[in-house]
Amino acid sequence: MEYTILILLLPLLSFLTLGLGGKWMSHRMAGLIGTTSLGAVTVLSWLTAGLYFTAPRLADGTFETLIPYNFRWLPFTETLSIDMGILLDPISVMMLVVISTVSLMVHIYSMGYMKGERGFQRYYAFLSLFTMSMLGLVVATNIFQMYLFWELVGVSSYLLIGFYYTKPEAVAASKKAFIVTRFADLGFLIGILIYGYYTGTYGFFGEGAELTGMAVKMVPLALGLMFIGGAGKSAMFPLHIWLPDAMEGPTPVSALIHAATMVVAGVYLVARMFPLFIGYAPDVLHMVAYVGLFTAFYAASVACVQSDIKRVLAFSTISQIGFMMVALGVCTASDPHHGGLGYMASMFHLFTHAMFKALLFLGAGSIIHAVHSNEMSAMGGLRKYMPITHWTFLIACLAIAGIPPFSGFFSKDEILAACFQFSPVVGWMMTAIAGMTAFYMFRLYFGIFWGTENKELHAHHTPHESPLSMSFPLMFLAAVTCVAGFIPFGHFTSSNGTAYDIHLDWTVAATSIAVAVAAILLATYIYKGEKQPVADAMQRRFKGLWTAAYHRFYLDEVYQFVTHKIIFGCVSRPIAWFDRHVVDGTFDFLAWSANAASDSIRGLQSGRVQQYVFVFLLGTLALILLLLL
Amino acid sequence: MDYSQFLILKEELSLIAVIVILFVADLLFLSPDAHKHGGKPVLNTIIPVALLLIHTLITIVPGPEAEAFGGMYQNAPVQSIVKSILSVGTLIVFLMAHEWMKLPDTAHKQGEFYFLTLCTLLGMYFMISAGHFLMFFIGLETASIPMAALVAFDKYRHHSAEAGAKYILTALFSSGLLLYGLSLLYGTTGTLYFADLPAHIDGSPMQIVAFVFLFSGLGFKISLVPFHLWTADVYQGAPSTVTAYLSVVSKGAAAFVLMSLLYKVFTPMVDDWQTVLYWVIIASITLANLFALRQENIKRLMAFSSISQAGYIMLGVIAGTAQGMTALIYYVLIYLFANLSVFTVITIVALRSHKFTVEDYNGLYNTNPKIAFLLTLALFSLAGIPPFAGFFSKFFIFAAAFEGGWHMLVFIALVNTVLSLYYYLRIVKAMYICKSDEPIAPFRSDNYTRAALIICTLGIILFSIASSVYETIGNYAFGM
Repeated sequence: MEYTILILLLPLLSFLTLGLGGKWMSHRMAGLIGTTSLGAVTVLSWLTAGLYFTAPRLADGTFETLIPYNFRWLPFTETLSIDMGILLDPISVMMLVVISTVSLMVHIYSMGYMKGERGFQRYYAFLSLFTMSMLGLVVATNIFQMYLFWELVGVSSYLLIGFYYTKPEAVAASKKAFIVTRFADLGFLIGILIYGYYTGTYGFFGEGAELTGMAVKMVPLALGLMFIGGAGKSAMFPLHIWLPDAMEGPTPVSALIHAATMVVAGVYLVARMFPLFIGYAPDVLHMVAYVGLFTAFYAASVACVQSDIKRVLAFSTISQIGFMMVALGVCTASDPHHGGLGYMASMFHLFTHAMFKALLFLGAGSIIHAVHSNEMSAMGGLRKYMPITHWTFLIACLAIAGIPPFSGFFSKDEILAACFQFSPVVGWMMTAIAGMTAFYMFRLYFGIFWGTENKELHAHHTPHESPLSMSFPLMFLAAVTCVAGFIPFGHFTSSNGTAYDIHLDWTVAATSIAVAVAAILLATYIYKGEKQPVADAMQRRFKGLWTAAYHRFYLDEVYQFVTHKIIFGCVSRPIAWFDRHVVDGTFDFLAWSANAASDSIRGLQSGRVQQYVFVFLLGTLALILLLLL
Repeated sequence: MDYSQFLILKEELSLIAVIVILFVADLLFLSPDAHKHGGKPVLNTIIPVALLLIHTLITIVPGPEAEAFGGMYQNAPVQSIVKSILSVGTLIVFLMAHEWMKLPDTAHKQGEFYFLTLCTLLGMYFMISAGHFLMFFIGLETASIPMAALVAFDKYRHHSAEAGAKYILTALFSSGLLLYGLSLLYGTTGTLYFADLPAHIDGSPMQIVAFVFLFSGLGFKISLVPFHLWTADVYQGAPSTVTAYLSVVSKGAAAFVLMSLLYKVFTPMVDDWQTVLYWVIIASITLANLFALRQENIKRLMAFSSISQAGYIMLGVIAGTAQGMTALIYYVLIYLFANLSVFTVITIVALRSHKFTVEDYNGLYNTNPKIAFLLTLALFSLAGIPPFAGFFSKFFIFAAAFEGGWHMLVFIALVNTVLSLYYYLRIVKAMYICKSDEPIAPFRSDNYTRAALIICTLGIILFSIASSVYETIGNYAFGM
């Protein structure tokens, strides 16, 4: 498996080529370089997955964890060091496939979507950088390498959100994303340091890890802090505020980074540390579940009233990541048959969600490309103009709503089953949120493709289907969405590594299908028609609630108030004054005295060699006296 | 006598071969009136460089641990590594000397330059591999006396001659003290073999005096405070190339020898030498930094910088562990690249524009952006700014001293890095921010200078990533 290093090197090379030489390249050339290298990476990733999962299992029924490379980069002590390497195990190989596939689709799609944009080469360079960082994150052999790539991912996300740097909203959004996630990463870093200090290694612990002494007490704290970092990246409440704004970036970027890959890094982190969570910090793990549950509910309710289609999708992403977190959090043991089902369900949902959510975002991009607006008011009735986009979007909506035989049904069903095993209350709440998902997705669907057509706008500029470079990724991802549910996912990934046969729990499945169908019918009833009396009436009836939800329950305003009024006003200003006058003054004085000292001792260096020898001798005698006395 | 013992000296023999070949070539092809041929050097730089490169390559793989001549000479892998590092340093110095060697004043003395430099290197080799204090002393003097000739190489320039005189006088004095120390040591123990000495050393007052005298003799070579006063004048007066050699190769060799003497011979007096080092390090780092702050002449500034760097190098010694030794060798290696890079720039600027003060560097970025950029990298590395190798070398040496329990010392050293940042950045500021009415005119450097700069810069950048170098040194150092 030595060739896996190429999976990281190719995008890096492409980043360097495009970043340094992009200026002298044509758009076409830059796009081809980026896409070709990513194509090669995808082939390699699939090959790796194929070879890895067809290799014979070990005696205990698990797949062997391979480390083709591990390079001791910064040694601190005999055991504690920062390594750089590649680790292949079921989840990292699965992530390789997800990231490379979605990234390749986005690369192809962007050739059409970004055609003629200023900075096209820069865009592809950043995409390569992001892909490299994300791949490096998932194959990290230790938590510190993961952290380094984690930050790189953050940087490339920042660069891509702010791609249209002439737009003030994009700049603000990129800063917001960077600062919020960076803030959360502080928790991650502290967690890593505590972890390294008490366990004596930055490496991961496998199944049945043995910790001793203080480590047992401190590791739960470390894991909790790491989860804060994960919550920041994965947009868990209350750190989710950056993700809706991040939609200012180009839409393919939203599909890649803010739907399929980077935002699930937090889920991946929890899955990576799963053996420790289960063994030493089950309470922290359940906290993860409750945070995920609340986030899923909160985001779903906000998504019901948004009018910008990308924001709807953004909140739906937040909500779905909440599902994955809940699934991990409800695990109580590492045996997939007894309490460990959620792990598999979460990874399965991560996989299917990446595909259908990328599809939704790319579809949204195709629509925005056609009508030049993000607002639902500019759409309506588009099914006639854009058949491919329409059908693929519908497939994705059915998948996310949990309708069989689309992939989302299978993974969501496993999540719900895991939740019911944990506690019926959680199970029912999750089923309800799944119903909300179906409702808001079909509200979106009908709002875009049915409903009132904005004839005035469309007469001015008739919407049309997107070029092949854009529709091919849609069709490909739609095909994946149709079949991915039938992958025997439990055979590849499960909480203790052994093969697990997915069997549908028909009572759970039937309930969730019934709820989803009911929600879809409700959405059809309310939003399908040309006129939408029910929707308007409801909006009037629950005006307060509607406005609050539309403004995302004023959370951004709360943040604004806390940071600007309280932190800046009451804390930062006095500190700034103190810094300017007292701290700077002290240092100015120190610098002044150092300079003054330097000036005054300059004379000691007289240039007379007799004096030099004299000082030499005196120094020697002084040292002798120092030792003798 | 068993002549096969000579084979153990393969590094020294190979170096002697290089010296002899160059000497003969110089005699045959370079007549005294060669400067009449339009000042063109007959002995091209490529010959010594190639010979030294071959020498470095054939000796780069450390041989097994061995002893010759009844323990007078001993060699371990870690010593071979240090020798290789020194010869790489000399190689870079030869590259940067090319331009200087073309001047009419020096062209006819080209052979002498190589001969003298390699003689000092040979002396250092013997000093490093000595197993007996007599061998050590011969090596030390072989390294010292030709050095005085090198410092006074531009003998018609007043500064150079003065520097040569100062160097030889101070060197004589320090050698005298050192020899006195040796005789006291012999008087109290009855032996000068490194291997036998520890058993007889008990820290009696006489031995303390002997130790301090010996220490001051090496402290002079490393230019530690208070044995440093010659440094600024000599560095400033000597030709820049020689200054570079003095500040890196000569210093590195002496630092390593001091460390191995302290570890191997003065083991019973560990508390004593740690006390001495403690104060000497604080004095070296702090005083040198204070002196460096207000220096106008860039060579003088680098002289004080090299004194404070010597203090940092000693942090590896005081740690007293294998980790400290590894950190020290790594530090010397990185310091070698960074400092030689700075001196290469200083040399070429001085040769092209005859300018030496920090103020003269104002606006260098506008006229010579590439060279200004490389100088900045080197200065950043010296100051220990990540991600350059200098950061890692400082990190490792601080870590070694910290684990040795010298917390206060590491703290003082850390505060001092801030001070040092000031004067390193002063040069950077001059190049990038300060405007100048008459900046250094744009110039093209010759290929040898470029090669030297490229090697140094690669060293600064690559060794920061490739920590395997550190590990390799570490593996051998643990065998010490």
